[in-house]
Amino acid sequence: MPESAPIAVAMSGGVDSSTVAGLLVRQGHKIVGMTMQLWNQRRLPELAPETSGHGRCCSLDDVYDARRVAEQVGIPYYVVNFEKQFEEQVVQPFVDEYLAGRTPVPCTLCNNYIKFDRFLEMADSVGAHQIATGHYARVRFCDASGRYQLLRARDASKDQTYFLFGLTQKQLSRTLFPLGEMVKPEVRELARGMDLAVASKGDSQEICFVPNGDYAAFMSAYLKDKGIEPQATHGEIVTTDGRTLGEHQGIHHFTVGQRRGLGISSPEPLYVISTDPQTQRVVVGGNDDLLCGRFVVRQMNWISIEGVDTPVRAQVKIRNKHAGAQATLHATGDPNCVEVVFDEPQRAVTPGQGAVFYDGDLVLGGGWIG
Amino acid sequence: MQHFYFDHNATTPVAPEVLETMVSCLGQVYGNASSIHYFGQAAKQKLEAARRQVAALIHANPAEVVFTSGGTEADNLAVLGTVRAAGRPHAHLIISAIEHAAVLASAAQLEREGVAVTRLPVGSEGTVDPEDVRRAMRPGTVLVSIMHANNELGTVQPIAEIAIIAHEAGVPLHVDGVQALGKIAVDVNALGVDLYSMSGHKLYAPKGVGALYVRKGTKLAPTSFGGHHERDRRPGTENVPAIVALGVACELAGRTLAAESERLAALRDRLESNVLGHIPGTGVNGAGANRTPNTTNVYFDSIDGEAMVIALDLRGFAVSTGSACSSGAITPSHVLTALGLSADRARSSLRFSLGRSTTAEQVDALVDALEASVTHLRRISVHA
Repeated sequence: MPESAPIAVAMSGGVDSSTVAGLLVRQGHKIVGMTMQLWNQRRLPELAPETSGHGRCCSLDDVYDARRVAEQVGIPYYVVNFEKQFEEQVVQPFVDEYLAGRTPVPCTLCNNYIKFDRFLEMADSVGAHQIATGHYARVRFCDASGRYQLLRARDASKDQTYFLFGLTQKQLSRTLFPLGEMVKPEVRELARGMDLAVASKGDSQEICFVPNGDYAAFMSAYLKDKGIEPQATHGEIVTTDGRTLGEHQGIHHFTVGQRRGLGISSPEPLYVISTDPQTQRVVVGGNDDLLCGRFVVRQMNWISIEGVDTPVRAQVKIRNKHAGAQATLHATGDPNCVEVVFDEPQRAVTPGQGAVFYDGDLVLGGGWIG
Repeated sequence: MQHFYFDHNATTPVAPEVLETMVSCLGQVYGNASSIHYFGQAAKQKLEAARRQVAALIHANPAEVVFTSGGTEADNLAVLGTVRAAGRPHAHLIISAIEHAAVLASAAQLEREGVAVTRLPVGSEGTVDPEDVRRAMRPGTVLVSIMHANNELGTVQPIAEIAIIAHEAGVPLHVDGVQALGKIAVDVNALGVDLYSMSGHKLYAPKGVGALYVRKGTKLAPTSFGGHHERDRRPGTENVPAIVALGVACELAGRTLAAESERLAALRDRLESNVLGHIPGTGVNGAGANRTPNTTNVYFDSIDGEAMVIALDLRGFAVSTGSACSSGAITPSHVLTALGLSADRARSSLRFSLGRSTTAEQVDALVDALEASVTHLRRISVHA
């Protein structure tokens, strides 16, 4: 049974996961293709422009594409519905975080609770022992430490390890990232070589369920759909020294480090320094006020190492587009929390974002800021 | 890998006799049944012969049979056509909570147009209490629409009793017979129905053809508009090859029904007793009711039905969680929740529907696969 157990490929209908399916079939593996139906685009019709279908989460077009690829490469294919779990564990927390004045990372939640949890469970249910996805990342087992390690993708521009810091050893032990050693042009080339219908399909957006990146519009529509009146979400814009500069229409429109859209003229450029859900205040200041030398990371998940007893040097990424900065990791009294002390203070350490620790290509672990 | 089909309520394979007749008709009988000439007359003869075959299966007069594109169109025509023909300002419609989507959605459309709709509950056995129909009657009631056999459970509704109550109130009765035709005996006069929906592809005829029985004198407004086909009930050039296929399928069903229903009931009972005997935490939904012989709906406690359907498919067994028309839905089956099943138990339920090709060996192999799948799924859910 084990050698004939299939690998379940999570197929989004995009070029990456389609290529994974084709590649694994070519390598002689037994494959089951599955598309996770996560979000019903018809639910918030005011957000859905009538044209686009591709590149948005779980559109019928994407399911059509995935099904067509499965047919092309000759594998059984199923659509599995995780809409309920996705809403509970990704969308609702995303909205709650914004309302609490934080800047969430829904892709990480989706990886932690849907793709590498619910999907893995579904794979298990149908007799698949491993799953494969189109993520750009690498996994390897380290004999010396006895741990599964997560490494940055060879294609640094596509690396997705920032969103994968929550993966447990058990999840990593059963996961394949066949694209980790490839660069994107090679993937497209492979897809073309296999004549896959999606070979030249565009890349997907960052947050799949938020059309055009307009999360404020998404939140208004979602809250309305849920019958929740957004409570008094206006407040004052104040400076770090307590002067009131103006009013705003809800703290969820602001994220730390933001400069545009404040609606205030000032001789010096003004940035959002913090937001306070209690007082509904948005605090603004100069660029220097954004600098932060140390902060605490909570809900730590260690991957390539077991933890930090003594201080450990690392490069720390505080958001996906951050290049990473040299820092020292210090243990705290709480094993779930780590203190990060940067060599040079970094700009806009934002509550709600992930902090991921690297040693070169190796992902040591990560957790949540604030 | 061999694949075995246990989803005959979703659709059936076309019977060899039906296929042969249909293909020869497609190749040779190409006239328009409305044409005056030789070619048109040949098509018209085939059309009317098929109408007699369909009418014979349900003991109707051939003039009372209207051909449609399938069960959904027949249901739409019956429900929309009757209520609209009544032309009453405060019209009221009575249906059951476990109707097929074709009736539920037609009723919902009428509701949007201002018609009041009562959806009768069913008991834990999945049948409507005729007394509930009596209690739901209002002066404005213009139609009662209750299905004959439920697609998910196979439960057979007390149509004859409901018909008496409807007629006492002077209200016509529509019956969605899609899942009953060919599985149990249907006599529209004995049942007392005024409209009866039929579908070809549940009966070993192809998709895309069906019929509506309309008792003489029943007021029915058309729902689509065009030529004078089908006695002004349903416009559009008749799909003669498919209608001919439906006719042959009905004749075949009439010939084999008695023996085949006995054979299927025995296989269904074998499936149920082996599943219930070998797999703990299982039971039959709607078991106490009078049911069609080919259908059983079983719950497997603590199992995710969706995962089970995939796991079984990978082992070569085609089953379903319920209506194919609602596959992929996240809300549990409206039929199973109407029985009073919890959402969890509804999600853990599978429908098995047997048919002409089903054998005892296939049933036994299915039970083995079910046992293995359930054991596997329950083991991993303990570890999760």
